[in-house]
Amino acid sequence: MENLVQEAIQNVNLQAIMPSLVLCAFGMAILMVSVFSKRGSTTHVAWLSLGALVVTGFVALTGWNNPQGGFAGSVLFDNFATFFSLICLIAAGLTILMSDNYLKREGYPVSEYYPLILFTTAGAMWMASGTDLMTIFLGLEVLSVSLYVLAGFFRNQIRSNEAGLKYFFLGAFSTGFLLYGVALLYGVTGTTKLEGIAAYIHANPSAAMNTMFIAGGLLLLVGFLFKVAAAPFHMWTPDVYQGAPTPITAFMSAGPKAAAFAALMRVAIVGLDGMQAELSSLFWVLAVLTMTIGNFVALSQKDLKRMLAYSSISHAGYALVGLVAWNAIGHSAILFYMLVYTFMNLGAFAVLVLIGKKGENNLTLDGIAGLGYKKPILGIVLTIFLFSLMGLPPTAGFIGKFYIFAGAIKAGYIWLAVLGILNSAVSLYYYLRVIVQMYFKDPVEDFSWVSINTPTAISIVISLAGVLYLGILPGSLLELAKLAGF
Amino acid sequence: MADYLLSIMTFFPLLGILVLLFLPRDNGGLLKAVTLVVSLITFAISLPLAFDPVFLTSGEMHYREFYEWINIGNYFQMNYNLGVDGISLWLVMLTTFITPIAILSTWNAVDKNIKGFMAMLLLLETGMLGAFISLDLFLFYIFWELMLIPMYFLIGIWGGKNRIYAAVKFFIYTAVGSLLMLVAIIFIFYYAVQSGADMNGFGIQEFYKLDLPHSAQFWLFLAFGFSFAIKVPMFPLHTWLPDAHTEAPTAGSVILAAVLLKMGTYGYVRFAMPLFPEVLPTFIPYLAFLAVFGIIYGSLVAMMQEDIKKLVAYSSVAHLGFVMLGIFALNMQGFAGGMIQMINHGISTGALFLIVGFIYERRHTRLITEFGGLATKMPIFATFFMIVTFSSIGLPGTNGFVGEFLALMGAFQSSLRWYAVFATTGVILAAVYMLWVYQRVMFGKVTNPKNENLKDLSLREIIIMLPLLLFVFWIGICPNTFLAKMNPAMEKMLVQMGATPVVAVEIPPAPEGYFGETGAAEGHGDEHGAEKTEHSD
Repeated sequence: MENLVQEAIQNVNLQAIMPSLVLCAFGMAILMVSVFSKRGSTTHVAWLSLGALVVTGFVALTGWNNPQGGFAGSVLFDNFATFFSLICLIAAGLTILMSDNYLKREGYPVSEYYPLILFTTAGAMWMASGTDLMTIFLGLEVLSVSLYVLAGFFRNQIRSNEAGLKYFFLGAFSTGFLLYGVALLYGVTGTTKLEGIAAYIHANPSAAMNTMFIAGGLLLLVGFLFKVAAAPFHMWTPDVYQGAPTPITAFMSAGPKAAAFAALMRVAIVGLDGMQAELSSLFWVLAVLTMTIGNFVALSQKDLKRMLAYSSISHAGYALVGLVAWNAIGHSAILFYMLVYTFMNLGAFAVLVLIGKKGENNLTLDGIAGLGYKKPILGIVLTIFLFSLMGLPPTAGFIGKFYIFAGAIKAGYIWLAVLGILNSAVSLYYYLRVIVQMYFKDPVEDFSWVSINTPTAISIVISLAGVLYLGILPGSLLELAKLAGF
Repeated sequence: MADYLLSIMTFFPLLGILVLLFLPRDNGGLLKAVTLVVSLITFAISLPLAFDPVFLTSGEMHYREFYEWINIGNYFQMNYNLGVDGISLWLVMLTTFITPIAILSTWNAVDKNIKGFMAMLLLLETGMLGAFISLDLFLFYIFWELMLIPMYFLIGIWGGKNRIYAAVKFFIYTAVGSLLMLVAIIFIFYYAVQSGADMNGFGIQEFYKLDLPHSAQFWLFLAFGFSFAIKVPMFPLHTWLPDAHTEAPTAGSVILAAVLLKMGTYGYVRFAMPLFPEVLPTFIPYLAFLAVFGIIYGSLVAMMQEDIKKLVAYSSVAHLGFVMLGIFALNMQGFAGGMIQMINHGISTGALFLIVGFIYERRHTRLITEFGGLATKMPIFATFFMIVTFSSIGLPGTNGFVGEFLALMGAFQSSLRWYAVFATTGVILAAVYMLWVYQRVMFGKVTNPKNENLKDLSLREIIIMLPLLLFVFWIGICPNTFLAKMNPAMEKMLVQMGATPVVAVEIPPAPEGYFGETGAAEGHGDEHGAEKTEHSD
C-alpha cells in the first residue's frame, strides 16, 4: 500500500499541468481581488485577468516540443495540448478585451465574470491535455459549470436566464451520458486511460463488438458531440448563443468548442483507434448532418446572434470532416481550422458587441441596415470577417476550409468534400445577406450610440490581423499545426 | 525590372487603393483623377509586354516569377508562380487597356461613394491581371475568387433598380461553380502527390505532364468545365449575365463584358482542355452544341429585347459562342479565331456598353421605344455607334470579321463542320438584331420630344471611344500584329490538348507558270486543285 502511494506521488509531474495551475492560481487571486474591489469597478480586474492569461500563455509555450506527462499517465501536455491551450487562451483574451465596456453598458459590471472566464479556460486546457477519460471529464466539468454561470450572467434578462438554464440542463444530461459511457468503457476494458483502452482493444478485438463497449463508446461520443454542437445534439446552441452575453457567446463558440474537439480527437484517435473504420463512417454521417442542418437553418435566421450560432454549428461540421479523413492532414487541418475559427468568429462578435444597443434588441438584419455607410470602418471589418466565414480568399477561412477538404480528398472522401463545398455555397447566401444589409440598403438608424472603446478595438484588430495573416501567409502556422497534430 | 514586371503590374492598383484611402471622401474629381492615373500607369507598365518580340518565336512562358509561398512537404505546397505567354498576352493588355477607359466613363455617372467605387475598380483590376498570369492553380483560384468581391459590390451598391437580386445571383452562381472547381484542384494535387510526381506546388506546367486516369479526367473536366461554362457564359448557365449586365453601372458592365467574361474562355484554354486532353473527344461534341445553341439562342433572344443593355448582354452570349466554337475546333485557325474573337468581343462589347452608357446618362432610360431619330441630334455618336455595330456584326474590315471568319473556318475544317454551318446563321442573326436596334434608336424621325435637345458626345466621351475604334480597325485590317504573337503559344497549347497544330486550310504555292502566259482555262483547273485541305484529327 505504501509503495503504491510512493509511486503515485512520484508520478506526479506538476509541469504537465503547470499552465492550468498557474491560471487557476491567478483565477483565485483575482477572485479575491474582485471581492475586495468597489462594486461596479471591474476594469482593473479585467486587465489583471488579461495579464494572467498572458503569463499562462508563456507558461504554456514552454510545453512546445517538450511533452510533459504526469499523474500516472493521465495528463500529457504535448504539442497538441499546447496548440489547443493557446487557442483557448487567445479566445479568452479576446473575450475579456471586449467584455468590460459591454458589461458596463448592459448594467452588470460584476467582477466575478473575469475569474469565471479564467476557470473556464483552465478547464479547457485540462480537456486538451487529458489522456485519461477522468481527466478529460474533470476538465469538461470545470469548463461547463463556469460556462453555465456565464451564460446566465445577466440574471435580470429573461433570455440570459433561459440560456443559462437550458445550457445547464442539457449540459448536465450530456455530461451524465458521457460519464455513463466512461463507466461502461471502464467495465469492459478495466481502465479509463485512453492508451489502456486502445491496448485492450488491440489485445482483445472481440471486445470491440461487445454491446457494453459500443454503448459506452457511443455515450461518450454523445457527450463530446453535445459540447461541439454537432447535429443532432445542437439544439441548445441557438438559444444559448442568442441569450448569453455577446462576449460569452463569442467565447463559447471558439474556446470550449476547440477544447471539445481536442478531447474528441484524443479519444477517437488515441483511445478508439482500433475502430477507425466504424468511427469514420459515423463521423461522415454526423459531419454531413451537422453542416447541412447548420447551413440550411441559418438561411432563415433574422437575428444576427442566432444566425452566427447556426453558422458555428455548420463550422463544427466542417471540422468534423477533418476527423472523417483520419489522416495527418485532416488532423492538422482541424487544429488550424480551430485557430482560424477563433479569430474570425471572435472578430465578428466583437463588432456585434460594438453595434448593439443596451438590451441588444437591434442585432437583427434590419437593425444593421446601412451600417457600412454610417460606420465605414466597422462595416469593412465585419465584411472581412464574413468573407472569412464564407471561405473566400485571401482570408484565413479559405485556407482553413481548403486544408480540411484537402485532408478529406487525400483520404479518398471526394463526395464528402463535394458535399462540404456545396454547403459552403449555401452558406454564402446568409453571410452575403448581412453584407447586403450593411451596404446595399439605405441607413435607417444613425448608429450614434456606437462608441468604439479601445479594448474592444484592440480585440478586433488582433482578430483581423489573425484572419488576414493566416489567409495570406499561412505557411508558418500550417507547419505548426502539422507538428502539433497526430 | 523585367524580373518583377508582372508583380508590379498586378499589385500596382492595390497601391492605388492605398493612396485613395488617404484622400478626402468628398473630392470626387480628385479621386477619379488619381484612379485614372493609377490605371494609366498600370497600362504603361504592361506595355513592354506588348512590344516584346520574344512572343513571336517562343510559345513558352515569359517574365517568370517564382517564389515558394507555402511548403509543408506532402501536405500542401503552393508557390507564387507567374508567367505570361502568347495566349495570355493580349488578355492582359486588354485588361490594362480597358480599365482606364472604364474609369474615364464614370466621370459623370457615379456620384455617391466615389472612393468605394474607385477602390472596387482597382481591386478588380488586380484580381483580373492576377488570374491571367497565374501559373499555379491555387494562386489562380485565389485571384479568380478575388474578382467576385468587387464585382458584387459594384453591382450591388451602384447598380440599377434590381441590383441586389442581380448582385447576389451573380455572386452565388459564379461562386458555386468555382467551389466545384476547388474540389477538382485539390484532387489533382493529391493525385499527383500520390503518384510520386515531382510537384511544384500547384504549378500547371507540372500538371500538364501528369497522366491522369481516364475516369478521373472525365469528372475533373466536368468540374472545371462546369465552373468555366458559368463564367463564359454558356447556355444554359448564362442566366446570371443579363441581370448582372443590366443592373451594373456602366463601368462595371464594360469591365464585366470586356474582361470577366474572358475568364471563362481563358479557363478552358489554359486549364480545362490542356489538363484533360483524353476526354476532349467525349465532351467537345456536347460543348460545341451548347456553343452553337448559345449563338442562335442568344441572338434570337437579343432580337426581342426592349432594353438595349439587355440586348447587348444577350449578344455577348452569342459572341462568346463563336469563341468557344473556334477553340473546340482544335486546329490553328479555329483556335486563332477564338483567341482573337476574345479580344474583339472585349473591344466591341465594351464599346457597346459605353455607348449604352452615353444614352443612359442623357435620358436615364434604356428602353428602345423611348428613342428614335437620334442620328440627327447626335451625329458623332451615330458614327461611333455605327462603327461599333459593324464590329459587333463582323463586317469585313472590322475586327469582328477576322475573329468570326477564322473561328468558323477552323470549325468547318474540323469534325465540327455541321456545327459551323449552323453557327454561320448566327452571323446573319447578329446583323438582324444590331441593325434593327440601330435603326430603331438612331434613324427615322425624332418621335419622343425628350430627345429633342440631346447633346452630342463630349470631348471626354470621344476620347474614351477613339482608342476602341482604333483597335476595331487595326485588328480588322492588320490582325497579324496580334495573331503573330499568339501563334507559337497556340501551337504549343494545341499539342498539349492532343491535337496536331495544323492550319485547317493550306494553300500550296502556285504551280509553275500559273501567273504566266498560259490561258485562263488551265489556271481555272489549278485553282480548284490548289485548295487541298488537311484534316486536323
